[in-house]
Amino acid sequence: MLTYVVHRLLWAIPVLLGVLVAVFIGLHVVPGNVAQSIAGAHATAAQLRLLTRQLGLDKPLWVQFWAYLVQIVQGNFGTSLQYHNQVAQDIGQAFPITLQLTIAAFLIAGVVGVLAGVLAAAFRNTWLDNVIMLLVLVGISMPIFWTGVMLILALGVDVPIFPFSSVITAGTVLPHITGMPVVDALLSGNMSAAADALRHLVLPAITLATYPIAFVTRMTRGAMIEVLGQDYLRTARAKGLRERTVVWKHALRNASLPIVTVLGVQVGGLLSGAVLTETIFAIPGIGRLMIQAILFRDYPLVQGIVILAASLFVFINLLVDLVYARLDPRIRYS
Amino acid sequence: MALPLATVQGEESREALPTSEGLRAWRHFRRNRGSVVALAVLSLIVLAAIFAPLLTHQNPLAQNLAQALQAPSSAHLFGTDEYGRDEFARILFGARTALETGLVVVLISLTVGTLWGLLSAFYGGLWDMVLMRVADVFMAFPFLLLALMIVAALGPGLMQAEIAIAITYMPVYARLVRSVGLGLKSLEFVQAAKSVGARDAAILWRHFLPNLLPTLLVQATLNVGTAIIDVAGLSFLGMGVQPPTADWGAMLSDGQNFILMSPWLVLAPGIAILVVVLAANLVGDGLRDALDPRQRHQA
Repeated sequence: MLTYVVHRLLWAIPVLLGVLVAVFIGLHVVPGNVAQSIAGAHATAAQLRLLTRQLGLDKPLWVQFWAYLVQIVQGNFGTSLQYHNQVAQDIGQAFPITLQLTIAAFLIAGVVGVLAGVLAAAFRNTWLDNVIMLLVLVGISMPIFWTGVMLILALGVDVPIFPFSSVITAGTVLPHITGMPVVDALLSGNMSAAADALRHLVLPAITLATYPIAFVTRMTRGAMIEVLGQDYLRTARAKGLRERTVVWKHALRNASLPIVTVLGVQVGGLLSGAVLTETIFAIPGIGRLMIQAILFRDYPLVQGIVILAASLFVFINLLVDLVYARLDPRIRYS
Repeated sequence: MALPLATVQGEESREALPTSEGLRAWRHFRRNRGSVVALAVLSLIVLAAIFAPLLTHQNPLAQNLAQALQAPSSAHLFGTDEYGRDEFARILFGARTALETGLVVVLISLTVGTLWGLLSAFYGGLWDMVLMRVADVFMAFPFLLLALMIVAALGPGLMQAEIAIAITYMPVYARLVRSVGLGLKSLEFVQAAKSVGARDAAILWRHFLPNLLPTLLVQATLNVGTAIIDVAGLSFLGMGVQPPTADWGAMLSDGQNFILMSPWLVLAPGIAILVVVLAANLVGDGLRDALDPRQRHQA
C-alpha cells in the first residue's frame, strides 16, 4: 500500500507542474497586453511602461515563468488589483464558505443518491424504479442555474420557508474560527445563529446537489444490479438471510467501488457548480470571487483561485484513488 | 498475396457502418419509444429555429418600454421582458443560439480531441506519454474554472465561450479515441495495411476513423446537450453571449431580477433548455443502445 501511495503522490507532481504551466500560458501569454488590460484603455504610454516594468513583463518569458514559479511555491500569490489585499487573504476568507456549501451538497448527493439507486435496483422494473429513473433523467438535463432559480421561486418566494441570499442574516456577528458560518455558530454555542446559517444553506446545497444526486443514483443502480445477479448473493439468500440484509449489507458493500469513484468524480463537478450556485444565491465564496475577479480583470486573484481549485481537485482525485486502492487490493498490487 | 487481402479487409473496415449495419442500428433505435419521441422533438426544435421568422412576426430585439414586463397574453404568448421585448420571439431565436452552440462546441472538441487521441494511440511511445500527460493537466481543472480562465484570457463573448467549453471537452474525446484506437491498432487488418506500406494518414483515415464513428457519434450527441447547458451557464454568469442577442442562459440571468413580478421570464428559458437537453440526452442514450453491440446483447 505504501509503495502505491508514494507512487501516486509522485505522479501528482508533474500534473501540478503542468497546471502551473497552463495557468501561466493562459493568463500571462495569451491575453496579449496584460499591462494594457490592467491599466485600462485610458492609460498613458508612460503609465503602461511603468506597469510593464513593475509586473516584470519586459523580461524574457522564461525569467517571468521562473519568478512566477518561485512565488507560487512560496505561497505568495501576489496582491489583488481590486481589493489591494494579499490574494491568499481574499481566498482564505471565501474558501471556507465554498467548502461548507460543497460538503453539504456532497453529503446530500451521497445519501440521497445511494439510497435512491439501491431502491431503484432492488425494485427493478417496478413503478418505483421508473419514477426514480425519470427523475434522474430530468436531474441530469436540468441546468443547475435554473434549478436554483426555481427553488427560490418555490420555497423562497411563493412559500417563503427558506432565505435565498447570502449565508446568514445580515448583522449577525460570529467569531472567525473555521470561516464556515454553520460550524462557527455551533462552536461558539450560538444556536439561533447556527439554525439561521443552516436555513440559509438549504436551498443552495440542494441546488448544487441536484446533478450529483442524479448521477450517483444512476451509477449506484447500475452497480447494484450487476452485483445483485451474482452467485454469492444467491447463496446469501439461500441460507435464509433477510432480503434487507442481502441488499444493504452484502450487495451494497460489493457495489461500493464504482460508487466511490463516481462520488469522487462529482467533487470536481461540485467545485464548478459552486460558481453558479454562489452567483444565484449571492454567497461570498470562491466562485463569486472568481467572477468578480474576471470582470475586474484582476489577474493575480484569478490565477490564485484557479491554482487553488486545480490543486484541490488533484488532491481529491488522489484521495479517491487511495480509497479505491484500499477497497480493492487488486489495484494496489498491479 | 498480402495486397489483395489488405484491400479486402480495408474495404470491410472502411464501411464499419455499412447500409445493413446502419439499418439494423436504426431498427434497434426505433424500438426505443422515448428516444424516437426525443428525436422528433429535437427535429421540431431545429425546424422552429430555422423558420423562426415565419413563426412569429415579433422582432426579438425590438424594444418597447411601454410594453415592459407584460404577463403572457394572446399578443405576447410568453409575456415581455424588462425592455418590452417579446419573450416568445426571444425563446424561438434563442433556439438558434443554443443549437449553434451545441454544434460548434461539439465540432471543435470532436475534431481536435479525435486527432489528439489518434496521434496518441497510433504513434504510442513518447507521443502517447506527452499527449496523455497534457490531457491529465487539462482534466486537473474543475471544468468551469478552466473555462472561466480561458474566457478571462480571451474576453467575454459567444465564440470565446464556445472555444472555452470546447477546450474543456477535448481531453475527454482524446482519451476515448485513444482507448478505442489502442484496441484497433493490434487488429489484423491494421497490421496488414501497415505491412503493405500504407501511409499513416491513409490507415488512420480508412481504418481507424470508420471504426471510431459509432463511439464518437454517441459521445457527440450526448455532448450537444451538455455543451448547451455549459455555454448557457457561462452566459448566465455574463461571460458568454452578450446583449442584446437572444440567448436562453442570458435571458434566465436577466429574468432573475424580476422573479417576484414576472416569474415567466425565468420559466420559459429554463424549460426551453431542459427540453432540448433532455431530448439530446434521450437520443444519445438510444444511439448508444443501438450502436453498442455489447449493450444490445444485454438488452
